[in-house]
Amino acid sequence: MNSPSAPVSFGAFVSASRDRGRLVVQPRMGFGDPERMRTGLAATRAARAATVGTITLDSYTRVGDHAAARRAIAAGGAALNGYPIVARPARETLDVLAGVRGHRFPVQVRHGSAGPQDIFRALLEVGLTATEGGPVSYCLPYGRTPLSVSVANWRESTEILAAHSGTEPEPHLETFGGCMLGQLCPPGMLVAISLLEGLFFVRHGVRSVSLSYAQQTSPEQDREAVRALRRLAGEFLAGADWHVVLYTYMGLYPRTPEGARSVLRQAARTCVSAGAERLIVKTEAEAHRIPTIGENVRALETAARAAEAEPPGTGGDPDSETYAEARALVEGVLEHSDDVGDALLRAFAHGHLDIPFCLHPDNAGRVRSYIDDAGYLRWADTGALPLPPVARRADPGAVTSANLLSTLSYMERRHDSRVRG
Amino acid sequence: MRSITQSTFPVDSGSVTVLSGTSSDSHTWNLVFLQLLLEEAGHRVVNLGPCVPDRLFVEECRTRTPRLVVVSSVNGHGYGDGLRMIRALRDAPGTGRVPVVIGGKLGVGGTLEDERAEDLLAAGYDAVFADGDTDAFTVYLSGPVVRAAS
Repeated sequence: MNSPSAPVSFGAFVSASRDRGRLVVQPRMGFGDPERMRTGLAATRAARAATVGTITLDSYTRVGDHAAARRAIAAGGAALNGYPIVARPARETLDVLAGVRGHRFPVQVRHGSAGPQDIFRALLEVGLTATEGGPVSYCLPYGRTPLSVSVANWRESTEILAAHSGTEPEPHLETFGGCMLGQLCPPGMLVAISLLEGLFFVRHGVRSVSLSYAQQTSPEQDREAVRALRRLAGEFLAGADWHVVLYTYMGLYPRTPEGARSVLRQAARTCVSAGAERLIVKTEAEAHRIPTIGENVRALETAARAAEAEPPGTGGDPDSETYAEARALVEGVLEHSDDVGDALLRAFAHGHLDIPFCLHPDNAGRVRSYIDDAGYLRWADTGALPLPPVARRADPGAVTSANLLSTLSYMERRHDSRVRG
Repeated sequence: MRSITQSTFPVDSGSVTVLSGTSSDSHTWNLVFLQLLLEEAGHRVVNLGPCVPDRLFVEECRTRTPRLVVVSSVNGHGYGDGLRMIRALRDAPGTGRVPVVIGGKLGVGGTLEDERAEDLLAAGYDAVFADGDTDAFTVYLSGPVVRAAS
């Protein structure tokens, strides 16, 4: 049996919270200065909510430029936009964690890297075993790394983590696949990529995973997506420990505090009514800058209160349009190969997976999406996706900077205008 | 980088405008938006995308002899990354005196302090734009510097 202070497994903590009817809430938080990082973790732990801690890494560490991270540390570290876990000596990170992580407070490392081998080794060295990402979701939206290189990197990285499977705290890997580009990617695609990356992790030996989905423009469609993800997880991830994590809206965010809280509360309600166990929150500062520790704590507590006020949902259409679409995409990918990584590569090469507005050279770029009058995110053009072609709108028109901005700011407008009347 | 839209705007058939993220910045919506805005102003855009290493940035600016270079960053590292990029470009032979501008959320506090914007100008940028200041950027595009270079 674990000693009282032994760090708890990430998956086990979330599952115990679910059994107690509590939504787990989590910030995205990282600071260059170790003392501030420690203060942030302690404040997250002390928040009046079921919380897990986050160490978000800085952008230099994310792209593997540890020399730049070391230069920034030498200059005081304050200009870093996250914690440089590779560039800092392990003993300094152990000091950050000492007395903070424990049996009631697991900590996840968030990074955004398409080649996280160094990051995974560094976090394991200090006894952390929960992290996130994915071969597609940390490659296509964010950088220049070829998808084939990212898949190879993620095979290796997943296996580095999985080498510790079966030991406490049990390694946990979350897919970021439900957040592709943050906005304007139809939910069926988000659910499919999330499921496929989760399957990739399990096939490479990770026993505890979480599947992500990011809040989009329609609460009804979001509930449908979370339920679809749960059903597909049950069908494809049998034997693994899994849960669903919802991300509060990742696109252009309301600029008023009231508008920001309105989106956050909606996300918390979606979790409870559709059955997501964990929520990544966003703060009132989101539209403006990196949030303070206090703003993060307020967001965690706002989300927790909204979740407590929402009755758990039941039912929902198991054969929803989102489920059918995601299922067709997943099956279309897995037909390419028994190896999930190879299947993903071939699917993108054939345009059987295709992300709207993604600039990466390995994305086919034949699909288009739009927000319909009811706020649903839909396909305007399905390109080569294994989905029925959509009836084209009368005049889809050219995408202009003005109408792109208007589409991107749909949620900002909607939630800020409620406030402004 | 591939085209993201089926643009129907008449674009200049002459020299290109290079649009670039910074080495540490993974954001792309700012680049998608700026590509459209530049195309609407008649520019033929080479969008280098996110996470552009300094060496690639300089090489693309050297080989493509652009009429204008636009750097965009929203991750808070834009000040430091931007300084490094412009110094590398201004030091590189064969890049002439191409106009280079930068904009976005350039500091971890969001808006950049005035003296830091001055540093960027002193290092060789021709203009520094605040986050969301599309009007000022559009005015700049129709102004004498860009027209003289085209």
